[in-house]
Amino acid sequence: MDSSHVLSVVTFVYGLAAVLYVASLIFKREMPGIAASITTLLGIIGNTAGIGLRWWESHQQGIGHAPLSNLYESLVFFALTIAVIYMVVERKYKNRLIGAFVTPLAFLAMAYASLSPNMNDRIMPLLPALKSNWLIAHVMACFIGYAAFALAFGISIIFLIKLRKDTNGDSILARLPAPAMLNELNYQLIMFGFLFLTVGIITGAVWANSAWGRYWGWDPKETWSLITWVMYAVLLHAKMMKGWDGKRIAYLSMLGFIAVLITYFGVNYLPGLHSYGSQ
Amino acid sequence: MNFLESNIKEVWKFFVSVKLTIFLLLSIAGTSIVGTLIPQNASPEDYVRAFGEFKYRIFEVFDIYDMYHSWWFYLLIIMLTINIIVCSIDRLSATWKIIFNKNPSFKASQFRELANREKFIEKRSFDQLLKIYEPIVRKTFGYTRMEETSTGFCIFAEKFRWTRFGVYIVHLSVVLLLLGSLIGSIFGFDGYVNIPEGESVDQVRINNADKTYPLGFQIRCDDFDVSFYDTGAPKEYRSRLTIVENGKSVLEKDIIVNDPLRYKGVNIFQSSYGPLPAKEVTVKFTVTESNVAYEKKVMIGQPVDLPEGLGTFLLKEYQPSANLGGTDLGEAFVGILNTEPGKSQEIILPIQFPNFDKMRKDRIFISVEKHQEKYYTGLQVTGDPGVWVVYAGFILMIAGCIITFFMSHQRICVEVARKGQASTVTVAGKANKNTFGMQQTITKITRQLTESGDQPG
Repeated sequence: MDSSHVLSVVTFVYGLAAVLYVASLIFKREMPGIAASITTLLGIIGNTAGIGLRWWESHQQGIGHAPLSNLYESLVFFALTIAVIYMVVERKYKNRLIGAFVTPLAFLAMAYASLSPNMNDRIMPLLPALKSNWLIAHVMACFIGYAAFALAFGISIIFLIKLRKDTNGDSILARLPAPAMLNELNYQLIMFGFLFLTVGIITGAVWANSAWGRYWGWDPKETWSLITWVMYAVLLHAKMMKGWDGKRIAYLSMLGFIAVLITYFGVNYLPGLHSYGSQ
Repeated sequence: MNFLESNIKEVWKFFVSVKLTIFLLLSIAGTSIVGTLIPQNASPEDYVRAFGEFKYRIFEVFDIYDMYHSWWFYLLIIMLTINIIVCSIDRLSATWKIIFNKNPSFKASQFRELANREKFIEKRSFDQLLKIYEPIVRKTFGYTRMEETSTGFCIFAEKFRWTRFGVYIVHLSVVLLLLGSLIGSIFGFDGYVNIPEGESVDQVRINNADKTYPLGFQIRCDDFDVSFYDTGAPKEYRSRLTIVENGKSVLEKDIIVNDPLRYKGVNIFQSSYGPLPAKEVTVKFTVTESNVAYEKKVMIGQPVDLPEGLGTFLLKEYQPSANLGGTDLGEAFVGILNTEPGKSQEIILPIQFPNFDKMRKDRIFISVEKHQEKYYTGLQVTGDPGVWVVYAGFILMIAGCIITFFMSHQRICVEVARKGQASTVTVAGKANKNTFGMQQTITKITRQLTESGDQPG
């Protein structure tokens, strides 16, 4: 069984976890929620094992490098970071139901990687430009940031749904965390994500300076990462300085995540140095 | 004077607004999108082809083709810089007073209504608590103060006052980044140069400008190598470079992508490469009738006599990818064949197909046997004295973000009130941000206070 096989199984494990979380939410039962947490944990183990196996396989092929070098590998890592950060949030805030809105994102990332017909999942040797110690730090920091923003996106959706629907004790949504807590959680995740996005952009800049002699070149990916950074900077200032809260922060958080998605996927359709990120 | 003062006040009032910050940030983000959709610094012909003459002219007025260096984009950045500096100065004095206050004011009443609190009953004697509580609190908090109250006493404590500087550190880092890039754009240069193997240069061509930059020393390329993976993808580009100064070799280094050479503030990066025409080529002449082959060393541009008195041959040039009627023949040499006086013809000699010239069905056919492969290395050469200012900004930005987001100025009040034989103890605290962290600190202090009774002494 090779790593892509392991990882395609993980796709369905995350899918199952998502179904269980949603079931727990809809049927207002605790049991499927517990099963969902265990399933997510299994997914994380499998996901980690798949990445480790892929690393080992690349060494077997004599082109050993960390599996963070193309779109397939980045999606797999993205799914893992979403799942891990979600589990931390679940433990810390002791609420299983947020998972219904977050694990589908991990499932989608894995499904895109494993099931998309024109996704190249072969282990490819590194291009000269990618042979650098900065690769691991840069990619990891960026994707931890992206994953935190993905969670904040899911939480913003819950927040907006809860505000719109009158949540009396009977409603499906009643067991989801209170809006105030979601608001706080959204904010915490954005600060966490912002720090990692900052580190990601900075490691990228230092790397670019050692590879091409410039730390910033307005390459489309660089520019979109800056746009994303600025969007979240606006959110943080609006919240800290202007006391914005609730709805407006939730909308800004969702807008920020759209910028993340363009930085991640959209830019591959534009010319630039990062286009190896595409298929 | 008054007029000037009021003007300055107006300008200050304009720049001190957070609304302006948000407006500027959104403007920078919004306009930046344009430059990712329209390729920057392409040739005018490409733009006219894509947009038509009319739109091309309109875009040109707004520097859309080099928008990140346009006057209006610079204006936005300069406004943002002033905005950041003015806002920071405006708020700094209040923060400064809090941070450097020798005698911070505390009132027990301020802490009585806080949400972050824990309460427990203490059975030990009041006098004992009076002695042991303060040292315990001081272990976690830098500053403590004890005060008597009508029912007992209270201990005020605080820590991480300096973390209020976090946000100023982030703002300073942004200013440093912009300052560093300004220094780079004034005093730095960004150029490229191609050096054939074995040759040297002492100046480079500046990118996007018709200028050269003298280096003050020579770069010699001793060797260039490119290696490939089995898949055909490039594996490594490697140039062996020597720095020659005043006729002496001072530094020798192999550079690859991601591992440049740095000398006297000049950075030399592996960027591209290309094949060079070989000067000396071994050519095989085969006489068709007798099938006898002759090998000869031929220099490009120097005519040679054909064997058996069949005429003359001139090796004209090397082509990296020769083309015949739309078919790519790969690397090839082009020669001029003179078999009869006054009659010359151009022939293509592809390196991969030695029998190609046989198809001409002449009395003699020619093929290239050996040619010495030579490359030139393409180097990116830059100098940027501002880079260290930018790097300082990077470090400050990361540190500042950590301080701003995850640390806070925490103040607590431990209030002990006599109640018969026992005492009630309330630990309450407030932080300028991160209330979750505050709650954790309160829990920790409460545990330390209660557990201090479990140990002897």
